[in-house]
Amino acid sequence: MDDTILRMKSISKSFPGVRALDDVSFEVRRGEVHAILGENGAGKSTLVKILSGAYRRDSGEIELDGHPVEIHNPSHAQSLGIAMIYQEFNLAPHLSVEANIFIGREPRRGPFAIIDQRAIHRQSQKLIKQLGVELDVTQRINTLNVCQQQITEIAKALSMKSHVVIMDEPTSALSESEILTLFSVIRRLKQEGLGIIYISHNLGEVFEIADRITVLRDGKKIDTQNAREVTPEEEVQKMVGRDIADMYAKREVPVGEVVLRVNGLSSGNMLRQISFELRSGEVVGIAGLLGSGRTELIRAIFGADRKERGTVEVVGYKHKINRIGDAIRGGIGLVPEDRKEQGLFLGMPLGPNISAASIRDVSYHGILDRKKERALAAKYVEELDIKIAGLEQLVLNLSGGNQQKTVLAKWLARSPQILLLDDPTRGIDVGAKQAIYRLIGELAATGVGIIFVSSELPEILGISDRILVMGSGQIKGEFSRAEATQEKIMSLATTSTMIACEQEPGSIAQEDNE
Amino acid sequence: MMKARCMPAIRAFGQRIFKARESMILVVFILFCVLLGVIAPKFLTVRNITNVIRQFSMITIVAVGMTFVIITGGIDLSVGGIVAFVGVSTAWLLVAEHFPILLAIPIGILLGLLIGLVNGLLIVKIGLPPFIATLGMMQVSRGLVLALTKGYPIQPFPQDFLNIGQGAIWFIPIPILIMLAVVIIAHVFLSKTTVGRYIYYVGSNPVAANLSGINVKRILFIVYMLAGLTSGIAAVILVARLSSAQSSMALGWELDAIAAVVIGGASLSGGEGSIFGTLIGAAMMGVIRNALILLHVSVYWQNVVIGLVIIAAVAFDRLRQQRQVR
Repeated sequence: MDDTILRMKSISKSFPGVRALDDVSFEVRRGEVHAILGENGAGKSTLVKILSGAYRRDSGEIELDGHPVEIHNPSHAQSLGIAMIYQEFNLAPHLSVEANIFIGREPRRGPFAIIDQRAIHRQSQKLIKQLGVELDVTQRINTLNVCQQQITEIAKALSMKSHVVIMDEPTSALSESEILTLFSVIRRLKQEGLGIIYISHNLGEVFEIADRITVLRDGKKIDTQNAREVTPEEEVQKMVGRDIADMYAKREVPVGEVVLRVNGLSSGNMLRQISFELRSGEVVGIAGLLGSGRTELIRAIFGADRKERGTVEVVGYKHKINRIGDAIRGGIGLVPEDRKEQGLFLGMPLGPNISAASIRDVSYHGILDRKKERALAAKYVEELDIKIAGLEQLVLNLSGGNQQKTVLAKWLARSPQILLLDDPTRGIDVGAKQAIYRLIGELAATGVGIIFVSSELPEILGISDRILVMGSGQIKGEFSRAEATQEKIMSLATTSTMIACEQEPGSIAQEDNE
Repeated sequence: MMKARCMPAIRAFGQRIFKARESMILVVFILFCVLLGVIAPKFLTVRNITNVIRQFSMITIVAVGMTFVIITGGIDLSVGGIVAFVGVSTAWLLVAEHFPILLAIPIGILLGLLIGLVNGLLIVKIGLPPFIATLGMMQVSRGLVLALTKGYPIQPFPQDFLNIGQGAIWFIPIPILIMLAVVIIAHVFLSKTTVGRYIYYVGSNPVAANLSGINVKRILFIVYMLAGLTSGIAAVILVARLSSAQSSMALGWELDAIAAVVIGGASLSGGEGSIFGTLIGAAMMGVIRNALILLHVSVYWQNVVIGLVIIAAVAFDRLRQQRQVR
């Protein structure tokens, strides 16, 4: 009767002490995008990991094309036509796009089964074309940006004749324009008759791309509905299980004196003549696409990268900010773009993570005072409501939201005058996002000046007093809270002729201390 | 509900046990010693135990320096070369130049520090991978030793100097006393001082350390210099113990030191390790060597056993970690 490709019936899965999935049923039709919404820990990842063969279910059934199947392991899932596009890509960075697409399944020819390079090239080009994008298949993965890498992953899934493609937070590292490209690719996949499972925290995206939406909460399915028949607000309520009166809850705070002056900051093509001021109690939002120079600006202010020209001054601090040490002593804190790679000591307990920037405050003449350190950590665990089993718990095992709170705590422990937040809510659940917005408001109320970079326009609009729009390394314009709208910001941010999925090779992580 | 709330606490407790990998190794070590004492009663004599400890005391001192380096995620292959270079230089100062002992030893140890400094320069300033930089310096120092000695041993030494390696205070051999002093100072340094903590931060995540205002380069300089320093100290003891300085001394010590650190629970990817663990690791290797002798196992088989122990120790640890992740 139907065009249902995949049917999961009454799936349950428990981990020690946690019922991750409780009697969840879920299905995907040919040619549909079925989104799964839920907070962290709601069971989204567990559900798709059962599909991809990473976990075994405890009970329930899975049917593929009407036939019951057992999924033994990830490669078995692939051979059944279930492809998973992970948040972290599984690509070989030193090989070309085409080599990655056919890795392990290279077409052969001749009596010696030599790899048929020409066939690989031809078929890869065809696949990329099928996705409706431009991409040179001979390029090496490590020269590509995130979006292009993702397209390679999708092409790989397509080449395996997949029927179901699972995308777990596919847009978390993409710029707005790249997201548009991804969406056009997803629409192509729909036309080809594939079923797509789409997991995201971003409601805007989900409502743009999804045909049906399933909401999970605490391992249980709340419901499945057509995307057209529900509103984002309703879905958020289902996810959180409570009313969200006001997501952003902007607090009106009197703005004080200038605390930070950025003057003519320039660095190659990444930053051009950037000047602005930040006042105490003020939240300045920086909007801009990935690669617009927003992260570079934040890093330059913090003294993490060398700048070619221009100055950064903290009012009341005697030195210009040229190095990280200057910035920290001047009272600046930085919550970096990537908390795991740049913010946290994952293998270390919570306590030392919180005290990392304040070791001098918890020591006496070079000798650590562990009692003081624990007290410091405990204070911020309580203040920020970081959910942990104990201060000894490794940060590795915390949820994204609690990890981000840990990074924040590291800086709050220094009572900073100025906080630079680079996309602090990326990939964390709604509850934790709200907590961070509230915290930003509270900090501003105590007179901290805050620079807030984000990919999500609604949150920038929600919490900023003033919004700077960046593009091509310049400040393209400035809006006050009252005059800013999503449309105005987007049109300014995209005037720099950003063609989707182009240039700006994936972040070349050249840390100067490696 | 109550149960669900308890779980994280239990898990954290489990983690704390796992975290104390050293205590696990200590248990294995003690069991092994007891077992050996039963099989070969000679093992548990004061005389034998003193001998064993004296034998691994120098490797332990070298391994202490190596521990700092490995916690930062680096490696130092030059420590054996440094021991030989410092040993021969000190000997030459004493024997050929007739320097007073109290001058020759500090100069020798300073030379070790200097090679550590060169390692640091190559790694921090030029950006060479530690493996390559220290591999190069290993060859350089070994080559210098050969050029200096032309292959001939340097001797004889004044008795006062030899006492460092052969003497005892009361009944405890001086090498053991020096080892204990080095271990205690290093332990306090690593676990109680801010610089010690920075070493862990740098090893756990150098990027985050840098963005937290920690001077990563300075820390790297410090650890390679400390490795040079401890190698220098071990060199003086070794020469005094052997009564002669030879170009071939301390051959392969870098690998023994690395093995001790790794058996002691450190991770080669950095961020983990402890002086106590290293001490147990070195002791483990020393006792196994002794066991093989007491049990009349051929010398040729010793390395096979030591190799298997290293593999088993790390494999065991890896398996445990995997179980934790799942």
